[in-house]
Amino acid sequence: MLPGQLDEAVKQLKFRDPGKARELAGALSRLTQQIGRSPVSVMHVCGSHEQAIAKFGLRSTFPRDLNVIMGPGCPVCITDTPEIDEAVVLAGQGIHVATYGDMVRVRGTVKSLGDVQAEGAKIHVVYSVVQAVELARQMTEELVFFASGFETTAVATAAVILKDPPNNFSVLSAHKYIPPVMEIVAEMPETKVEGFLAAGHAATITGWEIFEPFVERHGIPVVVAGFEPLDILSGLVKLLEVIRDGQKRVVNMFPRCVTRAGNLMAQEQLWKVFRPVGGRWRGIAHVPNGNLRLRDEWSHLDTRKRFRIDVSTLWDYAPPALVQDCICGDIMAGISSPTQCKLFGGDCVPETPVGACMVSSEGTCKIWYQYGGHPDLRGVAAC
Amino acid sequence: MRSLIQQVFAVGFSAAPIDGIGLSAMDDGAALPLGDQWLVITTDSHVIQPIFFPGGDIGRLAVAGTVNDLAMMGATEVLALTNAIIIEEGFSRADLERIQRSIQETCREAGATVVTGDTKVMGKGELDGVVLNTTGVGLTKRPVPDNGLRPGDRILVTGTMGDHGLAIMASRHRLELDGDLRSDVAPLNQLIRIALEAGGEHGVVAMKDPTRGGLASALHEMAEKSGVGIVLEELKVPTSPVVRAAGELLGIDPLHIANEGKAILGVRPDSADRVLAALREHPLGLRAEIIGSCIPDHQGSVILDTGFGKRLLSEPEGEPLPRIC
Amino acid sequence: MCLGVPGRVIAIEGLLATVDFWGVRRQIRLDIVDEPVVPGDYILNHVGFAIRRIPQEEITETLALYEQLLKEAGDDIMAADVRGEIQAAGSAAPGEG
Repeated sequence: MLPGQLDEAVKQLKFRDPGKARELAGALSRLTQQIGRSPVSVMHVCGSHEQAIAKFGLRSTFPRDLNVIMGPGCPVCITDTPEIDEAVVLAGQGIHVATYGDMVRVRGTVKSLGDVQAEGAKIHVVYSVVQAVELARQMTEELVFFASGFETTAVATAAVILKDPPNNFSVLSAHKYIPPVMEIVAEMPETKVEGFLAAGHAATITGWEIFEPFVERHGIPVVVAGFEPLDILSGLVKLLEVIRDGQKRVVNMFPRCVTRAGNLMAQEQLWKVFRPVGGRWRGIAHVPNGNLRLRDEWSHLDTRKRFRIDVSTLWDYAPPALVQDCICGDIMAGISSPTQCKLFGGDCVPETPVGACMVSSEGTCKIWYQYGGHPDLRGVAAC
Repeated sequence: MRSLIQQVFAVGFSAAPIDGIGLSAMDDGAALPLGDQWLVITTDSHVIQPIFFPGGDIGRLAVAGTVNDLAMMGATEVLALTNAIIIEEGFSRADLERIQRSIQETCREAGATVVTGDTKVMGKGELDGVVLNTTGVGLTKRPVPDNGLRPGDRILVTGTMGDHGLAIMASRHRLELDGDLRSDVAPLNQLIRIALEAGGEHGVVAMKDPTRGGLASALHEMAEKSGVGIVLEELKVPTSPVVRAAGELLGIDPLHIANEGKAILGVRPDSADRVLAALREHPLGLRAEIIGSCIPDHQGSVILDTGFGKRLLSEPEGEPLPRIC
Repeated sequence: MCLGVPGRVIAIEGLLATVDFWGVRRQIRLDIVDEPVVPGDYILNHVGFAIRRIPQEEITETLALYEQLLKEAGDDIMAADVRGEIQAAGSAAPGEG
């Protein structure tokens, strides 16, 4: 292909043809009718899908009877309060903390990193973990990198750990691993989820073959999709087709980035540095193997081993009962709706979210709160 | 921020002057009747970091910001500006002179002069470099509020969105983006005068400049105060390719980002094309567009038609930050 | 980045690539991409690291994929309509409108 043609093709992908999008949305409507159930619930578990659906307003194009649920795919939203508290306590003690921008405003039990920054703490917002390492090289004081994000982001952290970072650099890992949480949703007894739209970025690393055992165990199909609007819509069309035909399989609708085995080099680096351990995700209680922590060989770079982090100082202000009443897990599984949660709209609002569903712009609770229920902008037209 | 102002600072000062626009309106400035005209007065403090940024500096920002606030109220001829400056001890003399030159140059562009001012020095560490406060005074035969929208009115912007904020963010966070990100900071009074003339007595009915919080914030305020909904066509909103690319890379929406050389105009439907044509004749209005219109429902909300679907445009939550996801 | 905008590699120095993202450029690390990358290639970037080299053929294939999907969806509807009509003919229940 000539360079000019390729450029044009990439541009087409990137510049996103609204006409095709409308046709695909029409296909969604027809497929939902053919399936005949109301609603048909599918779940996506990728922060990028969530952002794209929100950004492009795709929700307003989904047919009424199709319920596209935001699952636990937003790393910011599911990072649990104790992990944020650890970073907040360290920052409060005057230690430099570098973090991705998304984490700055999310509250732990009491405060967010943004809050302690306003009180004088040294918080550095970085776009890449590489910048955090460079910052550490430019100072003699300790610098902690608050490592949030899923496995796709964890590989970046692994890469810098394997490249001899300076002695004053350490990693506070709040990284998460997605596949285990899909299991939890699939295993919930009354789960209504009939299909999963899997994370394109993460699958670039892990490959799509890791979903095969999952599909076999639970009989729920998985489609891997990219994150341009056309990718998402065609991914959903495929998923509904597979559901309609009763097929239990994995389909890769993102072949330009995802292969069967994935990026083996990245996987090797990831598992060399990290091991999966069980932990709590915000609003979803315990996820076995859902958290990524540094292996023992890397203790010298592990913030938790280097510092004594006492989060109990924050607990005097904490209302722990709130977290127990959060039913995010049920909402994500399609079992409950936000209005059935006793915290919704009262203790749990966008400014003071309790569960993940209220933190994310695509979170079910956040959307219901913004729109006063199911969003319906279909009829809105300019004058 | 608005609630802070309402709850703390505006208390006790809410009684509006007779037929005027006062503190309770929380508009870009105040308008007081003076004979057969209106005296418009506005004040602004500037604390921007970094002090020098691609496309401008704190001096240019101070003058342009105040001139634009006057223009947004309909006062496009600036009677006078004041300039008060508070300097941290040890601040570079050369930098001060550079800021002063900027102030003079921007005044010249706007046809304005600084007639009085004040200088103070605070101890090292008590202030972050330098703080400027400017007050502007102007006259107008017809003050233009920010709450004058009615269903059917068109929303116009004078040019590309997001330039200033992204330029500042890129240099502040050292995001190491190589591209031509420059602030758009500029005085708009001449451009606005042309637009007001083109619209005639009743054409332009509301104006606001999308500074902090960007287009999203300003439109929300206008919609709420006017009691209308606004439908915005995203594909019509002008943005430069660099800003779009940087925004996507960082996960930031240009509609949430500050502008310092752009204005939003609410225009009656039969004047919209005329006003648009007039804007486009001027160097600062070359990329002007009609981007949306007002509807009677969803009052106070701004609905974004993305070309793919529709969604509520949210108000930005605080200072924009680069996101990974 | 968050939406997987592919970037085009302009230059490479060791493990560092200068990548153009349709108007801005950034240095991107090549530590974890599993194929050799040369200037002119497209890569998928995540937090400053290339995680995948996007082969040229795949891009056109993806566009073809959308077309195919739409065609299939269209064919399915025809089939469904026909089924509906047959049903309607056989019973009093209305078929697909």
